[in-house]
Amino acid sequence: MTAPITLLDPTGELSPSQRPRAARPATLDGKTIALVDISKPRGHVFLDHLAALLGRRGVTALRRYSKPTFAKPAPADLRRQIAEECDLVIEALAD
Amino acid sequence: MPEGFVAVVKRDCPTCQLVAPVLGEIARRGVPLTVYTQDDPDFPSAVSTRIHDRDLAMSWHHHIETVPTLLRVAGGVEVARAIGWVRSDWEELTAIDPLGAGLPAHRPGCGSLSVDPALADALRTRFEGGRLRSRKVELAELEDEIEGPYDRGWTDGLPVVPPTTARILRMLDGTRRAADEIVGLVPPDLVPATVEKVAINAVMAGCRPDYLPVVLAAVEAACTDSFNMHGVLATTYFSGPVVVVNGPIAGQIGMNSGVNCFGQGNRANATIGRALQLVVRNVGGGVPGGVDRATLGTPGKYTFCFAENEKGSPWQPLSVEAGFAATASTVSLFAGHGPSAVIDQISRTPESLARTFAVKLRAAHHPKLAMAWAAMLVVSPEHARVFAEAGWSKARLRQELDQLLLLDGDELTRGVAGIEEGMPAEVSAGRRLPKFLPGQLAIVHAGGTAGMFSAIIEGWAAGQRGSQLTTREVRP
Repeated sequence: MTAPITLLDPTGELSPSQRPRAARPATLDGKTIALVDISKPRGHVFLDHLAALLGRRGVTALRRYSKPTFAKPAPADLRRQIAEECDLVIEALAD
Repeated sequence: MPEGFVAVVKRDCPTCQLVAPVLGEIARRGVPLTVYTQDDPDFPSAVSTRIHDRDLAMSWHHHIETVPTLLRVAGGVEVARAIGWVRSDWEELTAIDPLGAGLPAHRPGCGSLSVDPALADALRTRFEGGRLRSRKVELAELEDEIEGPYDRGWTDGLPVVPPTTARILRMLDGTRRAADEIVGLVPPDLVPATVEKVAINAVMAGCRPDYLPVVLAAVEAACTDSFNMHGVLATTYFSGPVVVVNGPIAGQIGMNSGVNCFGQGNRANATIGRALQLVVRNVGGGVPGGVDRATLGTPGKYTFCFAENEKGSPWQPLSVEAGFAATASTVSLFAGHGPSAVIDQISRTPESLARTFAVKLRAAHHPKLAMAWAAMLVVSPEHARVFAEAGWSKARLRQELDQLLLLDGDELTRGVAGIEEGMPAEVSAGRRLPKFLPGQLAIVHAGGTAGMFSAIIEGWAAGQRGSQLTTREVRP
């Protein structure tokens, strides 16, 4: 019987534990919602429709944002701004 | 180390047996003598102060390569060393004259057990493995060393070389950079990649240690905002990093820039591109179906790496165009896929051949799309010769292509030719549009000397909104 083989971990060694999802709100009353266009074509079509649907339910505190390019992660400043100004985020992935 | 004289011996060495009486002679002079014996703890019997260097720690840490070795130690520090048996050396070191009367004047020693090739890996792992910082993963007794990495999600689908401490230490010999130096923050998880982590993945990819500096430069280039590895991964588009190596390093490590240079069969080409992808996967967490959302992908995402054929090129290499010296070794990353063939076996004038390139380049991505997508034109030696004989520089060819690829916007507009895809009318109607904006078309020289075929490596979204050709110098 040979000795057990020891390998060194090639990964980033991030904790394998799952990150819990943020708590879901019980109601949208009084919440501000970020509608984020990631700059894919026709993202605004989807968001306009969504804004109308939300309006019909009485949710009117909506703020619009857009990423400079869909091809890169949102800039840190934009993420911080959204976090400061809104309670919830809906992103439009369109084409 | 003990003060006085220190000798390192093994019974299995005839020269050590020859000098055993001499060691006894030194001991009888009343000077402190300690003998480290590598194999037989009872050897040599003529000396009473013997230490069994069973684990070879003393021999390893004091770099004993030959037995017998005689040291003089003062204040805990080695001040003199004699290797093998050379009477005059031993007499000088001990200041005992004469010494070993009746022995030949000179006998070479034997190899120290601490440098025995059969033991070298195990010793290095034991004595140097401690400097590695990565988490140890012990495979279970019945676990297969090839299956283990698969089960842990570390592979690209092909088997990997198991990253043992001995292999990683050998890989790290390929660079002068410290194992704990941070090479970059690897997308998408933006995890700091140390030289050690890159070395582990290079081992798994099958690299030789002398490839490591190239892999490190490739990782540096991938971790830049200009290359935008996060976007290259996350896009549903095909692209992966295409690695182009320039400069003397390519020849030094035996890279292929000639026959079949995009294809199989060359270890450096195959494993350097693969090592980069494994770093992105393992360190950065970029896994297909996770952040990697490619609709179809490309086989180049296993590895797509070649050297520019500089020797036979009439043109400036990519590295010099990027601002580096002709003597520099560099790695350039291009977000691409393919390659796609450009056949022209008839043209013997640069004007005609440029037109062939242009009609094929026009069709890249979609014949009705322009100004948004990058491409790399790889010109083969037989095609390059046509330009060289006519005295066309790369700049001249580029100028010609720019003219030929100034497209009639009305042909590109959405809906035109019964094709809904195309340029928005407000951009294209009544205008002439360049297929490529400045910086979106790279031209390199590679391939075998026979065949009037060039290639187009189609790229992803170009410029600041996508990925830019990114070059980094290879450092030892």
